[in-house]
Formats: sequence, C-alpha cells, structure tokens
Amino acid sequence: MSRELFKFKGGVHPPEHKSESSTHPIHAAPLPRKLVIPLRQHIGQVAKPVVNVGDRVLKGQMIGAADGYISAAVHASSSGVVTAIDLQPVPHISGLPDLCISIETDSRDEWIDHAPLDYQAMVPADLRMQLRDLGLAGLGGAVFPSAAKLDPGAAHSCPTLILNGGECEPWITCDDVLMRHHADEILQGVAVMRHLLGSTGILVGIEDNKPEAIAAMQAAAQKVDFAVEVVAVPTIYPGGGAKQMIQTLTGKQVPSGKLSTDIGIQVFNVGTAHALARAVHHGEPLISRLVTVTGHVLRRQNFVVLIGTPMHTLITLAGDRDGTTGVLMGGPMMGVPMPNLEVPVVKATNCILVKSNELFPPLPRALPCIRCTRCADACPAELQPQELFRFAKAGDFGRAQEYHLFDCIECGCCSYVCPSHIPLVDFYRYAKSEIWAREKEKRAADLARERHEFRQFRLEREKKEKAEKLAAKAQAKRAELAAEPAAAGSAPSDADAKKALIAAALARAQAKKAETMPKNIDHLPPDKQREIEEIEARRAKIREMARQPLESEEKP
Amino acid sequence: MLTAILVMVAIAVVTGLVLGWSAIRFKVEGNPLAEKIDAILPQTQCGQCGFPGCRPYAEAIAKGEADINQCPPGGEEGVKKLAELLGVEPKSLDETHGTPKPKSVAFIDEQICIGCTLCIQACPVDAISGAAKQMHTIIASECTGCELCLPPCPVDCISMVTLAEDLPHWKWKHPVVMLKKVA
Repeated sequence: MSRELFKFKGGVHPPEHKSESSTHPIHAAPLPRKLVIPLRQHIGQVAKPVVNVGDRVLKGQMIGAADGYISAAVHASSSGVVTAIDLQPVPHISGLPDLCISIETDSRDEWIDHAPLDYQAMVPADLRMQLRDLGLAGLGGAVFPSAAKLDPGAAHSCPTLILNGGECEPWITCDDVLMRHHADEILQGVAVMRHLLGSTGILVGIEDNKPEAIAAMQAAAQKVDFAVEVVAVPTIYPGGGAKQMIQTLTGKQVPSGKLSTDIGIQVFNVGTAHALARAVHHGEPLISRLVTVTGHVLRRQNFVVLIGTPMHTLITLAGDRDGTTGVLMGGPMMGVPMPNLEVPVVKATNCILVKSNELFPPLPRALPCIRCTRCADACPAELQPQELFRFAKAGDFGRAQEYHLFDCIECGCCSYVCPSHIPLVDFYRYAKSEIWAREKEKRAADLARERHEFRQFRLEREKKEKAEKLAAKAQAKRAELAAEPAAAGSAPSDADAKKALIAAALARAQAKKAETMPKNIDHLPPDKQREIEEIEARRAKIREMARQPLESEEKP
Repeated sequence: MLTAILVMVAIAVVTGLVLGWSAIRFKVEGNPLAEKIDAILPQTQCGQCGFPGCRPYAEAIAKGEADINQCPPGGEEGVKKLAELLGVEPKSLDETHGTPKPKSVAFIDEQICIGCTLCIQACPVDAISGAAKQMHTIIASECTGCELCLPPCPVDCISMVTLAEDLPHWKWKHPVVMLKKVA
C-alpha cells in the first residue's frame, strides 16, 4: 500500500485482548422463548408500535414504525405472539425502563414475505425510505439511522466514502470476524452506499492488528467492479473513531461543530454495510447482529444474536463463571455498565464484556487533580481535559462549552492515563447532559412566554371586539328608534331615545319571563294548587327580601 | 475672543443636533434591563411573586420596586443569576412567596370534570383545551405547572402530577468522587 497515512494527536495503547474471541468461529445463539424489543434503539425519534397485544407476528415483520426522518423501524426478530407492549428494563446506564414490545416465540421462526430490492432502478429517496423501514441504523455503536446518513443532501454527492473497520476498542472482535467471514457481502453493501452517495473514492480502514480481516477484504475488493482501497492503519486507540479514521486516512480534520459530510466524507461501520447488503439483496430487516461475548466467561466468542435476546442467555451460552463483578455493554473504554442482565441485546450491542476482579481490578480511589496535563497529551480531540474537568465539577458549563466540551468523543483516553484515577469522562457526560437539559428548559420557557404573550394579545383583542360590537348594536337600535318617532311626527331627543331603549329592554325581559311560566298547571288537584301557591308566596317574599337591602342602600 | 465663542457655540449646536437626532433615531424600544431579567425568569406565569406574570415582575425588578428573591419556580439558582445580572448580593428565597417544588404538570380527572371552562380562563399559557360542557384536558407539553387552574375548579377535578424521570429526560448525575484523604 502506497497511500500516505496521517497521525492524529494523542491516543493510548491499552492491552488488546482480541485474539481470545476472534479465533473462534461464529455461533448462532439459539432462539430464546421470549424476545423483548425496545422501540428506542436508535438516535432520533422513537419508533411507534404498529401491533397490538395478542397479535401473531412473523419473523421480520415491522412492529414499530419509524416516526420522522431521523428514525428507524423495529421488527420482530422471530415469529410468535405479542404478549406485552409496556415499559421494560433496557440496556441503559440509568436502569430506567423504556417502551418495549415483548414477543413469546413459537420456535417456528417463520419468515414474513420478503424480496430483494432492485436498488439501481429505484428513486434514491424511495430507497432511503425503504432502508429506514427496514430498520437500518449504524452498528458501530452510535446507532444513527443509516437512511439519513445515506442522503448526500444539497451537495448531491459525497466524494469520499470510508468504511470503518478500525474496531480500536479492546476486547471487541465482532467487526473483525465479520470482515473475515463476510467480506463479499460487506462490499455489496458498499456498492449500495456508493450508488446513493455518488462517492468516487472508497477507502476501507482496518487497524493492522487484524491481518486476516485485511486479507479477506483485499481478496473481496478484487472481485467487485469498482475501486476499493483497503488500508491498514496503525493500531492505536481511538483510531476507529470516525473523526480519527478520517484524519488517519485523508489528513483532513472535521471542523468543530460540523459534520464529516461538510468536508465531503461519509463514514460507515462495516457491520452497517453488511446489514445494508442483507436488506437490499435479501429484503431482510435488521433483526440480528454479531455480538462479542468476552471477558470473564469460559468460551469467549462471537454470536449471531437476534435483537431482543436477553443478555444473560448469551453469558450462559459462553459459560458463566464465579467471581463476576459486573457486565459492560461495549468495551472497557467506552462501555456502559448494565443495571441487570435481563436487558435485551439491541442494535447498539457490539459486545458484552463480563468483568471480574482479576481482569478489571477496581480502580483505586480518586485523588485530586494535580494538573499534570497527561490527559491533554492523550486527548485525540485536542481538548484540554483538565480544564473541562475543572469547569464541569464547578458547574461552570458556559466555560466548559467555550473549551469545546461538545467536541469530546467520550473515548476515555483521559481517564485511562489519569494518575489520580479521576473518572473524567463521567464529568463530561454530566456537563453535557446538564447543558442539554438547560437548553430544553430554555426552549420550554420561551414557548410559555410566547403563548402567554399571545393570550394577553387575544384577551385584549376580544375585549375590543366585544366593545365595538356592543357600540354598533346600540347605534343601530338608536337609529331604529329615532326613525319611529320621526314617523310619528315628534322630535326625538337623546333622553327620549335612551328611555325608549330602556322601555324596549324591559318589554323584552317581560316577554321572556312570561315565556318561562311553568307549564302543565291546568287541572291540578286543589292540594297541589295550594302547595304551589305557598311556594310562589315564599318565592315572592324572598324576592322582596333580596330587593330590600338594595333599596335601603340607595335611599340614604 | 468673539471667534472663539462663536466656534464653541457652533460646536455646541452641532453636537446638540447630532445627539438629539440619534436619541430619536436609535431609541431603544422597551426596557432592555427588563428584557434581560425576563429571559432569566422561568415563565411559569404563576404569579407567586405577587405580580400578574413574569414580565410585570421583571419590570418591577428593573424599576427597583421588587426584590430578586420572590420567584419560587426559579429557585436559588434563578436568584443567583438575577443577582449576577444586577450586580447585587444573592440572597435566599423569600419563603412568604412559596417554596420551590419539583416540576409538575396539571392533570384533569375527566370522570369528574363538568366542562365549566373556568380553568381554561385561568390558564396563563392556554394549555387547556375544551369547550363549555365538553371534556377539558391539559396539553401536558405546554403546561408550566403554575397551579392557577386549581382554585377556580368547582369540582376539584384538577391535581398536580410530579413529572417522573424517564429515559428521554434522564440526566447524568454529578460523579461523586471519593477523594482519598491526603495526610
């Protein structure tokens, strides 16, 4: 390979632990009795359930429809009956439940009718909508809906397409084995991406600790009818981060606050390309993925897992051991601890890492920051982590943003090198989520202000309209009355007009009162008649009493 | 001597004209300080401060007629921000105006509601939909939790529901770092 490679700043070399799981063949995880499929598995709008409890669903049937442009559908991973649509535990660090569809499987694994898509004949926008409805989302970890990423937008094309096979995080090998075994299919997916994005240069970046994957991808690249350059990049964490991969391969940096498409580059994970090939060439929605089960288990290996399979079944399958101290979803650098093992495998689950005290000794207690700036040396985003830490800890979020907090990719290099063992990334996550929450509150306050101001304006307007209407009505009446005496031949005066108005109003009131006289009072027996008379007398008395204080007020 | 006086008078006249013209041309509409204060206030429009809404309270603060610690929904943090803006010492919340409560929204028990529209008239942000003798309901996303709809309800069918934490609203907590004692 003659391609010139570039270096990004920082990065670390944690122990790899890849060969434990990458050398074993892929196994299919057995069909579980119950699948729990969360409706929020991607970034963006949560999917809307389109089935009811008690419905029989088939494998690959859409059970949650995409809601909006940045969204993706979810599908039944196997055939069975929907038993519940409710809040269930999901793989999220908070341990909070989220809306899920539970399916009792019938072990028949019966597919719904599905057919390949003739992608070259389709209008790109329709093809993207189809892919959204097939539930495609980025399988590298961020789960951004792929259909939105496959839209070149106003630029009409995205010259460079990078396929990310970096997989820099220790322990995880699912992309590595996928490239070894399914290189051809990955490139079929790339062909579709190329078609949609109009890319001319296609680069596949793979870290040089995966020679088998590189060889397999190079062999596959010979067979396709477009140029694909498979590049071995140096192994350094986080070399597989999208921005880092772009810099290593092209030397370009994505500007702060911009997207890679702004500089004409789009990046996809190899797993996403494989899923795209399955979707286009077989019509299969995204209902399964490769998951590395590793760490403190007997047989570390990769499984093809149906989305919705509980994590504990995979750990049992790999052979659970005593002394487990916790489970991470993802790798040791960026993984999130799981609140319990009932949670299902989702589209974002690339690895289930079982921890033990031998493999992951508990960190010593954190010491104060001594501002040694080792974190700044390690930061691949070229930030000042020690300053960000100071501001986040003090709650000075404005300053943290000035120091480009949102360019932090949460890779964990700073925490890894920190001699004081401060969980720096947790502070950045805290600061980011505080800032987001405040922005949300600000938007709500602005909306409330706007609605309140509009209400004031509306009340004011209604008052004015009512006054105008009354004035117009009085004017009309006056004119009408003025016309009558004129006909009679007497000169009208203002006082007369007013009197006449009052008289007319009184007459109207009298007429109305007469109308509301009780009905059905003919042919009453005498005792009833007497009773009514008594009540009427009482009423008259009350009316009299009610009038008296008014009169006494008026007299003095 | 005369020339000097004339020059000075000329300068005075010209500057006066320029200043007079710019006073009209660049006149700032409204009170910019009140705008800034209003931007800090939480816009619940609850009236707990003793003013009919956030804007009147902001104007009162700007004029120096009201204190900065009368807004319970804004909490201590709001008082701190106001103090920072106005360059005064922050003080603790005045409890006579109420105490901060967790964020909540009103909820109408539709079984009991008689459709009297009194709550609709009380809502400062038009967050209640309904009509006379029709069921009323709260538009939760627009409710500020001001509680102004509670007193007018003749059948007491409105209650305040505290918002429970769910996934979209979940926040990372401040990481509690156990600092080792340094001897």
